[in-house]
Amino acid sequence: MTDPFAFLADLLVVRLLGLDMAQSLGGALHFFIEDTAKIFTLLALIVFVIGLFRSMMSPERVRKLIGGRRRIVAYPAAVGLGAVTPFCSCSSIPLFIGFLEAGIPLGVTMAFLIASPMINEIAVVILATSIGLQFAVIYVVTGLSVGLIGGLLIDGMKLERYVEDYVWKIRMGESALPDHPESWAERAAYAWGEVKSILKRLWLYVFIGIGIGAFLHGYVPQEFFTQYASVGNPFAVPLAVLIGIPLYGSATSVIPVAEALLAKGVPVGTVLALMMSIAALSLPEIIMLKQVIKTKLIAIFVGILAVAFIIVGYGFNFIFS
Amino acid sequence: MKDIKVLGGCCGNCDTVMKMFEAQAKALGVEIALEKVTDMAAILGYGVMKTPGVVIDGKLAHAGSVPSPSRIDAWLKE
Repeated sequence: MTDPFAFLADLLVVRLLGLDMAQSLGGALHFFIEDTAKIFTLLALIVFVIGLFRSMMSPERVRKLIGGRRRIVAYPAAVGLGAVTPFCSCSSIPLFIGFLEAGIPLGVTMAFLIASPMINEIAVVILATSIGLQFAVIYVVTGLSVGLIGGLLIDGMKLERYVEDYVWKIRMGESALPDHPESWAERAAYAWGEVKSILKRLWLYVFIGIGIGAFLHGYVPQEFFTQYASVGNPFAVPLAVLIGIPLYGSATSVIPVAEALLAKGVPVGTVLALMMSIAALSLPEIIMLKQVIKTKLIAIFVGILAVAFIIVGYGFNFIFS
Repeated sequence: MKDIKVLGGCCGNCDTVMKMFEAQAKALGVEIALEKVTDMAAILGYGVMKTPGVVIDGKLAHAGSVPSPSRIDAWLKE
């Protein structure tokens, strides 16, 4: 093993504490230390690098880029931009209103809202390093497709009447932000600020994710998963999706859980379904969206995504078995 | 007297900005009327989609991040 994070965990757990990695405590602790070191290092690094270029990717700018385009351009653009622009759920409301106000179709807006929390550069890099490039690619491609299809379905059903009336009445001001010169020093200061604010927001969820992953890794026997979560159990996928819907976790914090589940032999499709449902849908986000859309549209939104994730789960379980 | 509005939803960053203004205005001896704007329609009215935003004397000065202390100083001294 040349991985510095695994090396660090080896050093601490095996050499220093003298624990056996084949045993529960040693295995769990090793998993915990390796993932904590890895995820936090990568998280800080990526957020900083992206932060240097962030000013090019403000939501105001995305809105301008998508606004007024034909659907054939707007959909891929919305999903793609959703993937590269991270927003906390606090930003989903201003985004939602701002997009609609710019004349961006409801479906395109929803496509953006679906793709944005599910896929981001941080999750992709951490997925590729801890689980593997292939899985990362599958995750991204499926996530983008779900966003696209979800948006198109909502568009096709003409659900605009389920958007709260006041939303249509809001008029957005032209943001007349003075273009202040951006030196690299300013960019670095901004990027550092981003690192601090994102870590502050995420650290607890990441720790919870790693903790669950370490627990699964060390203490839950493989047989448990072969018995309940194998391809042979048709309820495993829908159950994974149902469990994931109310749970709030960023895509990043779910990775250690996915890593542990895959290592225990849980099928790829089931893990994907769980990850996506945790990342894309959550109770706090649903409550937030309730401010701008009526319950019926929320139900349709959640329903479409749940069905999509279930299809993703069965599909990949079928392909990989 | 400077009229300063901090635009913000729920991220907690907005409170950070409020505190920065309070502390730095006090240190500089500048009198300010500080107000937090949480109403979405009002925030969007300023053209801001990513909070925290800063409005000084009715004009949008900043949006999207916690501004650096030096920029706050500069606004206060304007």
